[in-house]
Amino acid sequence: MGHTMAEKIIGEHVGREVNAGELVVVEVDACLIHDGTGPAVVRELEQLQELPRRGLERTTVCLDHAAPSPRQELSNEHTLLRNFARETEVRIFDVGEGVCHQLNVEWMANPGEIIIGSDSHTCMAGALGAFATGMGSTDVAVGIALGKTWLRVPETFLIKVEGEFPKGVYAKDVALHLIGLLGADGATYKALEFVGSSVSQMSVGERFTLTNMAVETGAKTGLCATDERVRHYLEQHGRGERFRFIAADAAANYEQVIEIDVSQLAPTVSKPHVVDSTAPVEEVEGVRVDQVVIGTCTNGRLEDLAVAARILRGKRRHPDTRLLIAPASMEVLVQAYQSGYIQTFIEAGGVILPPGCGPCMGVHQGILGDGEVCVSTQNRNFKGRMGNPKALIYLGSPATGAATAITGRLTDPRHFV
Amino acid sequence: MLRGRAWKFGHNVSTDQIAPGRYFHLRSDLPELAKHVLEDANPEFARNVQPEDLIVAGRNFGLGSSREHAASIIKLRGISAVLAQSFARIFFRNAINIGLPVIICDTDRIAQGDVLEVDLLKGRVRDVTRNIELDLEPLPGVMLAILQDGGLINHVQKHGDFSLYSDRGKPSSDQAGPSESS
Repeated sequence: MGHTMAEKIIGEHVGREVNAGELVVVEVDACLIHDGTGPAVVRELEQLQELPRRGLERTTVCLDHAAPSPRQELSNEHTLLRNFARETEVRIFDVGEGVCHQLNVEWMANPGEIIIGSDSHTCMAGALGAFATGMGSTDVAVGIALGKTWLRVPETFLIKVEGEFPKGVYAKDVALHLIGLLGADGATYKALEFVGSSVSQMSVGERFTLTNMAVETGAKTGLCATDERVRHYLEQHGRGERFRFIAADAAANYEQVIEIDVSQLAPTVSKPHVVDSTAPVEEVEGVRVDQVVIGTCTNGRLEDLAVAARILRGKRRHPDTRLLIAPASMEVLVQAYQSGYIQTFIEAGGVILPPGCGPCMGVHQGILGDGEVCVSTQNRNFKGRMGNPKALIYLGSPATGAATAITGRLTDPRHFV
Repeated sequence: MLRGRAWKFGHNVSTDQIAPGRYFHLRSDLPELAKHVLEDANPEFARNVQPEDLIVAGRNFGLGSSREHAASIIKLRGISAVLAQSFARIFFRNAINIGLPVIICDTDRIAQGDVLEVDLLKGRVRDVTRNIELDLEPLPGVMLAILQDGGLINHVQKHGDFSLYSDRGKPSSDQAGPSESS
């Protein structure tokens, strides 16, 4: 019998063939913590001092959620993490260096690895062929302490994405469409494996948008087979030697197969207050919008900023609509600056935020007012997500965000591309 | 045996509603954060919840962010268990890891304020107000072991490792994994 990518990667770590449904203990290759959930990890590690801390060597700390810190309580949490990094000599990315998931793929994640992170979107690294999954602080603390974790080998849904992208339709629209199809709990405890000609044609950066949002279907992780584009991505980031081909066996056993014909898709949004309430943008066009956010770990890469900059070039944001740009990392910010996108955004009336999570989870840098409407390229629109339960959040692509910023109303980007 | 009043919630209660991001700075002060637990889903709950009360929800409770603080502040307010038709994966693990019982059962027949009795070992939920009994879905063996040890930190402190048994009660064949259970 053939195996899925998840079964193969977990099997390699266990040292024997494994099948969906088994409970196994696996060595973890890397652990990821940040300033939102990391302080709890550090405090729990203090309770586990007897244990060997086998996972420490490849643990990374990122200060991204409240960065730079807006409050003294959070500054103290940053101090705690900086002290931990200094004492243990683990790598730390300080404020302004980027979102942990982007830093993970730029600096750390490799094909075939098992990565656990104390953040639900850790699954993004699956586009590099890693089995990466989000957990809570205690699971990650124990992962660092023991160098291993327990997993239930997930069943896999095969997501076949075929066809040419129509103008104005992007990876984000595919992700939102899929979440609408499956529902917010349609793939709970499963792995998603993305295959098909459209995925092969996507840049690695676009694939990250797919795997990032896998968790919004309830999935444990999202995976893409590795190919020459992944090899090139790793080479560009100084890890070419860590490249290897990983794909599912032809006879792998999938619990469900879902086919998406990209050529039939329209620009898509997710309406408040759940990610699976999706609709074509044209159905909700005209809603007045107070704030547009382009960026975050979901859509803050160079590809995303390029799409937004092409639409915004030579134009201004609507006077009643704020435009916030949150690049996913310092690397992205530098490249966007060199490419002229940052100047385009500034001339369009945009505010450039430091690389990091930005306003996505309602801590700083763009908290919404009562009754305000936001269009964001982030991954969640739950009630209260952006700091105010009386605000409304629509999720969409960078193109939808850019078009909306110009008109001040939810706008189908096909009017602009 | 757990006994308490039911607080009813709907489907898709997210961790953003349980532990809102606007109180992010209180994560280092859980008793203070706990004062706001679930306030965006039902402000009455945060004000009036009593120790030993139970949360009774629909599908996909705890979806979203991995913030363990969500499970922690529910426990800190004295909630003895969360019953739901289904749970989001990370919340489910987090709850067990911090020693908060999470129970999958058909919650449709339970109403706000009903008095419930839960017997985790026998796998029974009784709605005393309505005089009905509900079956609950048994936890995987590993989760039951972690819960019985009072959470994952206690579990690994006690065993020095994961004490992982399969659902059939046999040790996993994984060499890297389980130690002998005591």
